[in-house]
Amino acid sequence: MSNAVDVTHDVSKEKERKPKKNLLSDGQGTLALILIAPTLFVIFLVVGIPVVMSVIESIYITTGGVNPDTGVVESVTNFAGLQQYADAFTESAGTVLSPWGRLPRFLNALINTLFFTVVCIAFETVLGVLMALIMTKAFKGKGLVRAAILIPWAIPTIVSALMWQLVFNTSGVANEIIGQQILWLADSVWSQWAVIIADVWKTAPFIGLLTLAGLQTIPTDVYEAAKVDGATAWQMFWRITLPLVRPALVVAVLFRTLDTLRMFDLPFGLIGPQKYSVETLSMLAFSDAQAQRYGSAAAYSVMLFLLIVVIAFLFIRLLGADLVSDPEVKAMNEARKKQKAARKQMKSSITSGESAT
Amino acid sequence: MTVRKNARRIAVTGVALLAVLATAACGGSDSGSSDGADWTQTGPITYVQGKDTSGYVQPAIDEWNKLYPDQKVTFAELSDSADEQRAAMIENATTNGAKGYDVLSVDVVWTAEFAGNQYIQELPKDQFPTDGYLKPAVDSGTYFDKLYAFPATSDGAMMYYRTDLLEQAGIAEPPKTWDEVVAACDAVKKLPGQASINCWGGQFQKYEGLTCNIAEFINSAGGTFITADGKPDVNSDAAMSGVNQMVDWFDDGTIPKAAQTWQEEESRNAFQSGNLVFLRNWPYVYTLANKDDGSSEVNGKFAVAQLPGKDGVGVSTLGGHNMGVTTTAKNLGTAKEFIKWWNSAENQKAHTIVSSQAPTIEGLYSDEELVKQFPYMPVLRASLANAEPRPKAVEYGDVTLAIQDATYNAIQGNSTPKAVFDRLQTDLEGLLK
Amino acid sequence: MTQGESTTIATPEVQEEMQTRGLSAEEMEKLSRPSRGGKYWAGLILTILGMGAIVLYCIIPFYWMIISSLRLPTQGLSNEFWPSPTSTDNLKAVFEGRNNFGRGLLNSLIISTVTTLGTLFFGIIAAYALARLRFRMKGLVLSIIIGCSMFPPITLLVPLLKMFTGFYSWFPNWMNTYQAAIIPSLSFGLPLAVWNLVAFFRQLPVELEQAAMVDGCTPGQAFRKVIMPLAAPGVFTTAIITFIAVWNEFLIARTFLTTPEMMTATVSLSRFSGSLGYNTPYGTIMAAGVYVTVPLIIVVLLFQRRIVSGLTAGGVK
Repeated sequence: MSNAVDVTHDVSKEKERKPKKNLLSDGQGTLALILIAPTLFVIFLVVGIPVVMSVIESIYITTGGVNPDTGVVESVTNFAGLQQYADAFTESAGTVLSPWGRLPRFLNALINTLFFTVVCIAFETVLGVLMALIMTKAFKGKGLVRAAILIPWAIPTIVSALMWQLVFNTSGVANEIIGQQILWLADSVWSQWAVIIADVWKTAPFIGLLTLAGLQTIPTDVYEAAKVDGATAWQMFWRITLPLVRPALVVAVLFRTLDTLRMFDLPFGLIGPQKYSVETLSMLAFSDAQAQRYGSAAAYSVMLFLLIVVIAFLFIRLLGADLVSDPEVKAMNEARKKQKAARKQMKSSITSGESAT
Repeated sequence: MTVRKNARRIAVTGVALLAVLATAACGGSDSGSSDGADWTQTGPITYVQGKDTSGYVQPAIDEWNKLYPDQKVTFAELSDSADEQRAAMIENATTNGAKGYDVLSVDVVWTAEFAGNQYIQELPKDQFPTDGYLKPAVDSGTYFDKLYAFPATSDGAMMYYRTDLLEQAGIAEPPKTWDEVVAACDAVKKLPGQASINCWGGQFQKYEGLTCNIAEFINSAGGTFITADGKPDVNSDAAMSGVNQMVDWFDDGTIPKAAQTWQEEESRNAFQSGNLVFLRNWPYVYTLANKDDGSSEVNGKFAVAQLPGKDGVGVSTLGGHNMGVTTTAKNLGTAKEFIKWWNSAENQKAHTIVSSQAPTIEGLYSDEELVKQFPYMPVLRASLANAEPRPKAVEYGDVTLAIQDATYNAIQGNSTPKAVFDRLQTDLEGLLK
Repeated sequence: MTQGESTTIATPEVQEEMQTRGLSAEEMEKLSRPSRGGKYWAGLILTILGMGAIVLYCIIPFYWMIISSLRLPTQGLSNEFWPSPTSTDNLKAVFEGRNNFGRGLLNSLIISTVTTLGTLFFGIIAAYALARLRFRMKGLVLSIIIGCSMFPPITLLVPLLKMFTGFYSWFPNWMNTYQAAIIPSLSFGLPLAVWNLVAFFRQLPVELEQAAMVDGCTPGQAFRKVIMPLAAPGVFTTAIITFIAVWNEFLIARTFLTTPEMMTATVSLSRFSGSLGYNTPYGTIMAAGVYVTVPLIIVVLLFQRRIVSGLTAGGVK
């Protein structure tokens, strides 16, 4: 665990023992309840109930057949337990052939989802950090760059999907520029890259923006001191910049990861529904719901939800994403923490510089 | 530590939300259908169809309402997405007619699903005479030998070909077989400046159009996509010769590789910009490709013919919409009269003139006025006369997806055609049982 | 610790450092001053090039959308980098009756506005409590709210679709009603708003309310008369971000609003079709994209500082 977290921990403990005295903060539990209850109620209504219903839905299965004499459909709904969850991983629900080979449709969608998440996030993070590093160097025209960078963010995803569809048309401008005829929209490996390019375009600037905000809190003297010490730009980046923007970056990456895991609009609008090479879990669940197979649709969406919970948990656990830190503590220690870390960095880089000589 | 605690909290919260209230009951649905339908009761009804892009529907309904003010028809216009139209109609049925839909415009491929699930009811043949209507169109509204939807509009594929190029190459007649198509292309490519022209275009993107195109290749090779008793037969020798023809054409460049991303519009664009000798498409292309505003480089330089086949003229896939009556409709008398009025020769003609959608009354295809406006009418009629419907399956969505997937994998070369179509045969046997 | 303290290079440690490395104070001085040598200019040029690259990266695809909307409707697939001839036909065609796009914009406006107001109302009071009041399980409450923003909308949509289509006798048919889009949108709008607002309220010194209460205000009055006016910029920023998020929403709107009269602008433009059903009016779709996006971009440009601060405060898209 990093030093920064330990600081938070110490101070929060301290606060628990010795609450800050002020007129507002004592005996306000009831008032807080009154103020927060409406929000919690709305959340219970729009999230709690549907999720519970989803789970219930997923343990019932509707099977039917056509009466061979009249052609009339006769169907029954039965309790299925976890069968629809298990079936998702087997070939009983049919298989599809995609760039990943022949797989059950759920597994294919799961792999697509994870693949998009890993690749998109990797590109977005590298590009975003690069953008932030450039922007932080700028003294003129910062406003212009910041305005430009907000454009991809502001464009509705579905609009950007249709925009890229035009670009990636077989006789579109992308192929004209690279001088080759690539079938981007043909449900193949290329479609996956079309989705990745469009996603990275839209969200790398977002990561850049958040990283920039993190960068701007690093005092310049830290760099100057390191420079004095003969640290190379590369060393400064790895030893000062990255550790210090890490909290901001990890939060940005976490949110992007959760967003990419539930990706729907982009592949749906750009490549289309039921294209197995880009079908994500959200799209699969949507497609089954449209076909009125609510049971399996619910099972898939619950598994997607669990996947997101697990990944969010891992992020917070392993990378220390600081999402819900106690507000007062955070506010109080923000400045101190940074200075301290900066000083520590400075020291350690000096030490390492010494050992190098 | 706080961080860890919070992590656990978030996870716990999520799981708790799942677990809480796991006692709520499941609702049920019942689809009540009343037998012994009374086809005389009159009163207001609601007519439902997808977005009316031509602007024909509302004025026509206004006219009906003027004629029968006590049997008012309300127009419920849905979106232009077929999926959403279908979803809205199903929703009406599963909620016991909550939306109040009475007469539905049913896509030919939904007939089985709607009839099988009793969303629409049987139309007694004695009350809905279909004499004079195109037989394939009537068949498309029929399920288990009963008429469920009355033929309203039809659609069939035709082959568009470049008359100027064929003439220069010394070919007088449009090709009737696939071999003749290839021969004609070879001749055209020898013409000056045409060495790189593509031969055949169609709709080979992975979507409903691909199902239409592969069905045409199979049916035109003498195969039967679906046998008369509703069983799939997609990997017979005859069917495979059609599949292989399509795959071979992709392999040898007769069909350009880019066609894997073509829907109707992309293929029309390729033809209009002079990059194709032959194009398989629906009748709507005719008017657009003949525009002389500079958007089409082939205006006046093409004509239409029936699709080619293996040994002779090929078989088109049938499209179009029919009109069904929901099982929850009450004023069946009005519904019946409205459907018959809507599809009278006079109204179908007016509809065709405004929307250029093909009529289902056979006689209209030789109507002088229509033929003058739509010179392709005689060809389209011939094409429709032997057109084949797509599989009639209650779960049509799954069926067409399986077909598209197999076909697309075959043309992309991900697997051998025989292997994917053997698997398709197995899949369809499961879906069509 | 002050800035001066940390910038000084004359701490004993550093002096020692200097000596061990054999650097004179003069050399040291030179190093610490920004040098204007070739390296400086190379860096400057690289930065300018980099900034240019960023701007182009962000703008070019958007530029393509705009010029595609300025082509003739029949040249939708043209690849010219400047449309010839330039035409506003597409921009006009968007509002042709069959597209129902004007209605779509209105629907988007209604849904986004109501959702934003709703989230602000609930969000402000909850955020104030979370930022100011001390109570047990605060962390849990925050976790629940933030946890909600992680929900994949599809998990909510499957049961809601069944519910809103009148499948259960105890629930009314809500398909194609505004509430069918507004209420599920609260599920991501509310966490977003609460989070942003907590950050803003936290920035306001608690002494403000204390002073007001010393002057005889109740906590309620202190909140209304002192905090709200000061938090107005934060509330405004939150409103913009929430509005944009709801305006850009697609999945919920597409699922529950299916008739041409009820569709939102994003759903409407995703299904434009030409007069003959099959033809895809690329130019018109791009023109509609321009209409949907340009108001947002103007807002974004006008309030870019606020939006950036809002985004970085919450760390939420």
